[in-house]
Amino acid sequence: MKFLDEYRDGAAVQPLLEALRRRTTRPWTLMEVCGGQTHSILRFGIDQLLPPSIRLIHGPGCPVCVTPVAFIDKALAIAERPGVIFCSFGDMLRVPGSHSDLFRVKSRGGDVRVVYSALDAVQLALREPEREVVFFAVGFETTAPANALAAREALRLGLANFSMLVSQVRVPPALELLLASGAAQVDAFLAAGHVCAVMGTVEYLPIAARYHVPIVVTGFEPVDLLRGILECVVQLEEGRAEVANAYERLVPSGGNPTARALMAGVFQVVDRTWRGLGLIPRSGMALAEAYAQLDAEQRFGVSDLGGTDSPLCRSGEVLLGILDPQNCPAYGTRCTPEHPLGATMVSAEGACAAHYRYRRPRED
Amino acid sequence: MCLCLPGRILDLGEAPLCLGRVAFGAVVKRVSLALVPGAAVGGYVLVHAGTAIQVLDEALAREVLDLQVEMAADLKRNP
Repeated sequence: MKFLDEYRDGAAVQPLLEALRRRTTRPWTLMEVCGGQTHSILRFGIDQLLPPSIRLIHGPGCPVCVTPVAFIDKALAIAERPGVIFCSFGDMLRVPGSHSDLFRVKSRGGDVRVVYSALDAVQLALREPEREVVFFAVGFETTAPANALAAREALRLGLANFSMLVSQVRVPPALELLLASGAAQVDAFLAAGHVCAVMGTVEYLPIAARYHVPIVVTGFEPVDLLRGILECVVQLEEGRAEVANAYERLVPSGGNPTARALMAGVFQVVDRTWRGLGLIPRSGMALAEAYAQLDAEQRFGVSDLGGTDSPLCRSGEVLLGILDPQNCPAYGTRCTPEHPLGATMVSAEGACAAHYRYRRPRED
Repeated sequence: MCLCLPGRILDLGEAPLCLGRVAFGAVVKRVSLALVPGAAVGGYVLVHAGTAIQVLDEALAREVLDLQVEMAADLKRNP
């Protein structure tokens, strides 16, 4: 595919690797924030190609993984209702709640459907006026514009049978938490390219300055990832800590102003609990006042439902970059993609699932 | 979750959703172009969950690839 395959070309990768070898004089630890990048890195074996003194650790950027158990329980409670069509992205279906998951609800007769887009759920609500159609709106800033567009369209059409269970999250507050906690020793961050395609780079300027840490916007193909890693290393070696953009073709510094304006109208910034990480101030998005009628939590009276993680699952430490998936006692034994204890083993972008699939332990 | 693909716009749909046809290699899908008002037929957009979220800057895309070719040539000259 054009603008994709060229960035996977081995011939283009070699000079970047050589430059990395020449520029690296000390050990550096970089965190890739986005789960999609974790997946790419393990899939293409990027971590194996780097100079041995560069260590990549995985960050919390997988929305499936950080959706709290309480929200899964709310989804289950709604999906079990007769008359409801519960629409979700496919990777949420196997995420365990306190007692069950959406797949099990479906197998017991619940009408749970996988959709590709929130707009598909709006179309479904139009076609099925007798049914309540609920869309499970999870995701980072990348997904928020599409979900916001669906909310605006549902209101425009006056759809009384459409609502959204919203568990949207924002990246910058989680980065701040990681840096403020000092839990993982991270020298530089690869920032999530597709989040920045929407949001731009401005939000990261104060974080880079306050914590003196390079933050480099990075894409998802091998050439993109290596350009991001090289920029981090060059900055670290020179003692600089700046926000840089190694994904120029898709990330203007202002992001997408049309998308951001729509998001600002549909959503409001709220505190949000992240699975494994706890409450992070201003890290979430919920429906704004003007869209409150679409709020599925209110409509189905599930606001107060809560739940707890499996005590065996240490995904919080994995998401903070403290624990390598393979060092978790449950990894590959009691916790597998078929029988996951936590969400990091479910999603293709979860660090545990990506390790399990491509299992290539780093040979130090 | 943040998986996106670059696709080429075949036609622009009508407001407000602007559901146009976008080609991803041989696969053609209907995509909302409502959030990329600057997009034009023949141009490339970044698509996520049925919605185009950014216009691809082809000049910058080529620049990066040209730079890699230069780097490779440099490497040959100064191994």
